[in-house]
Amino acid sequence: MSKLKEFADLFITFAKIGGFTFGGGYAMLPILQREVVENKHWATEEELMDYYAIGQCTPGIIAVNTATFIGYRKDGIPGGVVATAGMVAPSIVIITIIAAFINSFSDNLIVQHALAGVRVCVCVLVLSAIMKLAKKSLIDAATYAIFGAVLLLSLFTGVSAFVWVILAGVAGIVIKRLTEYRKQSPQA
Amino acid sequence: MIYFQLFWEFFKTGLFAIGGGLATLPFLYEIQAKTGWYTINDISNLVAVSESTPGPMGINMATYTGFTTAGIPGGLIAVGGLVLPSIIIIILVSNILDKFKTNKYVQYAMYGLRAASVALITVACLRVAQLAFLHMDLFQETGLVKDLFNPVAIIFGVLLFIIYKKTDKHPIFYIIASAVIGIALAM
Repeated sequence: MSKLKEFADLFITFAKIGGFTFGGGYAMLPILQREVVENKHWATEEELMDYYAIGQCTPGIIAVNTATFIGYRKDGIPGGVVATAGMVAPSIVIITIIAAFINSFSDNLIVQHALAGVRVCVCVLVLSAIMKLAKKSLIDAATYAIFGAVLLLSLFTGVSAFVWVILAGVAGIVIKRLTEYRKQSPQA
Repeated sequence: MIYFQLFWEFFKTGLFAIGGGLATLPFLYEIQAKTGWYTINDISNLVAVSESTPGPMGINMATYTGFTTAGIPGGLIAVGGLVLPSIIIIILVSNILDKFKTNKYVQYAMYGLRAASVALITVACLRVAQLAFLHMDLFQETGLVKDLFNPVAIIFGVLLFIIYKKTDKHPIFYIIASAVIGIALAM
């Protein structure tokens, strides 16, 4: 494939993701999984999880961070820029039209009903995406414990998510180190 | 120079807002207080529009603010400012990650990070589920348990899950179909 075609492919794929993501960076996961992992093979499920975790504790918007990551890995700096441009293009077009011409878009009853339907769909799609990811990421008692702890702490404390992400990374190192240590000295 | 100012304000937002669209909100209030480009009322309007249109919320907000302040070029420049820090930082992080990919400790950290990542996505899913399946405001008003649940949405959700598992079409297909069903059922 020529370079230009490759960039067009990258742009269109991320424009599709940006154009159908309702409700923030996490809602794009099902489409991202389908397009980037299953259809195009630009990343594996595990890599996607890494990008999400890193996107969460680096500044900026998670969706943009993830797009840049995948585009850059695929085609260098131009790839990162093209993927990000694709991601944001639908937003720019749609919001500009709404801001220019439609005064009470979100009060519109039809929009409200459509959104109620879409919200249910987003839950269903994200839930099944989570089930796929859990199989690869929750592999033993320790990862289940980290999952449970981060889930409860994020639900019931107001502390920013990136604190829990950092702590989970530290916990990963400590747990793995301890198991190694135990294996090395079986008499202990 | 309004364009440069727009770029700079959103560049700072992109650089310091950690953790997704809503993290940009405090910055929008700050920009409002400092520049008066838009009103506080505009911000709540902007949140409503961002939530009811596709795309990352931060991008929607930057476009809306940029456009209302300085037209189409304003929207483009605000978005450019917002995403530039991300692009630079992620490229740096990606290189660092490549260099240390085989490092034992980086792999151990990733083992913990992935579990946390799944948990955070689950939290986001639960927050949407609360909006989709429950009537929190009605329940708070009446205190009746029967008012808490939205039976139409719950039945639709269960059916959709079963259909999705069986048919496995592109996710976009189900999103469009659900919008149509939402309108048809007046959900």
